[in-house]
Amino acid sequence: MNLAVHLAIAPIVIPALAAPLALLVMRRRRRLGITISFASCFAMLAAALGLLVQSRDGIIRTYELGDWEAPFGIVLVTDRLATIMLVLAAVMALLALLHAVLTKADRDGWHFHPLLQFQLLGLNGAFLTGDLFNLFVFFEVLLIASYGLMVHGQGSARLKAGVQYVVVNIIGSSLFLIALGLLYALTGTLNMADMGLRIAAIGPDDQWLLRVAALLLVSVFALKAALVPLHLWLPRTYAVATPAVAALFAIMTKVGVYSLIRVVPQVLGDDAGSAAWAPAPYLLPAAVVTAVVGFAGVFVARRLSEQAAYAIIGSTGTLMIAVAAWQVDTLGAALYYLVHSTLAGAALFLIADVVARRRASFSDTISSGPAFCQRQAVGLLFLAAAIATVGLPPLSGFIGKLLIMESVADTASWGWAWTAILLTTLAGVIGFARAGSAVFWKEGPVSDGAEPAHVSRSDMAAPAIAILLLAALSVAAGPATALGNAAAAQVLDAPATARAVLGER
Amino acid sequence: MISLEFLVASAIGVLVAGGIYLTLRGRTFQVVLGLTLFSYAVNLFLFASGRLVVGRAPIWSKSVTDYADPLPQALVLTAIVITFGMTALAVILMLRSFLETGSDQVDGAPCDNEPAADRADDRADDREDAA
Repeated sequence: MNLAVHLAIAPIVIPALAAPLALLVMRRRRRLGITISFASCFAMLAAALGLLVQSRDGIIRTYELGDWEAPFGIVLVTDRLATIMLVLAAVMALLALLHAVLTKADRDGWHFHPLLQFQLLGLNGAFLTGDLFNLFVFFEVLLIASYGLMVHGQGSARLKAGVQYVVVNIIGSSLFLIALGLLYALTGTLNMADMGLRIAAIGPDDQWLLRVAALLLVSVFALKAALVPLHLWLPRTYAVATPAVAALFAIMTKVGVYSLIRVVPQVLGDDAGSAAWAPAPYLLPAAVVTAVVGFAGVFVARRLSEQAAYAIIGSTGTLMIAVAAWQVDTLGAALYYLVHSTLAGAALFLIADVVARRRASFSDTISSGPAFCQRQAVGLLFLAAAIATVGLPPLSGFIGKLLIMESVADTASWGWAWTAILLTTLAGVIGFARAGSAVFWKEGPVSDGAEPAHVSRSDMAAPAIAILLLAALSVAAGPATALGNAAAAQVLDAPATARAVLGER
Repeated sequence: MISLEFLVASAIGVLVAGGIYLTLRGRTFQVVLGLTLFSYAVNLFLFASGRLVVGRAPIWSKSVTDYADPLPQALVLTAIVITFGMTALAVILMLRSFLETGSDQVDGAPCDNEPAADRADDRADDREDAA
């Protein structure tokens, strides 16, 4: 038995084992539970890095569950894109976990650690699977865990937002199932690679049905990615969630983007008849509006966590502007920006929490209050995260946006893309400058009674690490973009993936 | 003569229409009913995606050429389990939200017929009594 082959399933097995273990020991031995949670996240990171190194040779490896041959069984596909996402998920999990433990946010409820592990199980599964129905199942796993995490810590604001979040996602899941049912009825398969081949054989009578199915599927992914006009659920949900959880949720919108990048070239490629690149004409306008809405929200937000939530929407819009062109260099730039924007979004949420913990009754509202402890240090962190998010040099946001603008310059609609990116950058700069100067520079009236809390410096660790990772991403921009371009080339080469999954036929 | 396809399709259509109407209502109980109807419709739809056939062999064997497609049945089973769990979770969450905020509106707005503050107080009293 070759262990290296079985590495592919490790990111799914590890959290599946860690979650019930953590659940069992949590009540009596909290420290042991935290240890299990950390160990599981580090093991996932190690497995993901191992897979990333393995996938460097450009071979698309498949892992057939239960040794059932594709397309009859479920396959896991580890190519460059999937392994990049796995590494990103493990890093985000460690950041969220570290912050939750340091700020004791994991003690607000009983089940933070098991839920976190189940969330990771869903995320890793969604990144790995090569089967469309299995993708739905892993979406559900990560959603169910996210419902629990979303209302972690309780409180009426969280419960209210939680109800809306659950209702929206149940409807999204139902639409996903309808799209799956249509695609299965038309092609008779659920394996993505197989579906991509069989979709060419659909008769002219069924082309309209195929188009409906394709667009429904894409709408569901757009809902997960919070593209306008399907973004309304996000700001309230993310702004009221426990900050460590919100930081982890920064990768959840990216699952929607990932699914689009994975499914559209593979299933709805050139051969797909009426559904060939069906979402392409709608994606660019939606992305442009998303970027504008997101950064307008950054401009007008009243709280730092709300601002971070809108920054997530805005960066998803910027990301989709690049994805919507469906070319190797634009998609490569998009992947670089995807990693960057996930880390930057998480950093913003964590810093909002760091501020809120120090300002007593002012919390993280964008208003000037009395000076609070370690204000310079927190202010510097906020400055770095804001620079990264809006895309000013020297951090990776600048490189990401530059790459996107350079790569879309050859496309027909480059004017829209450039205008949107430049204008939203300006709006973002002003919005963050306004928030930063109100919170960190001006001194307002001392609030009645509530003394600003003295908090240990340790809670700045997780956001500082996120900023350091962004700096590393900027320094290593060369190798990172090379990897992004290679991953993009691999994911756009649908026939090669089909050969790897189904064997030579 | 009404065909089987027409019957199932119209049933799915009615369920979806009712489900969407109820889901768009303001109160959480109606939303739960709407989600339930909608998920029933989706399950029926998934089931029908294997084509509606009567009296075929259930499991594939080499001698049988005409068989009922087993895959949608497996898919429906998965979907039923998931939607059942989801519905239970939604009910609990909405109940908690109602107890916590004193409002059973999805957007958390106060109810029309009863001032929200009174209701929240009532709930708080109830909880104290229970404790």
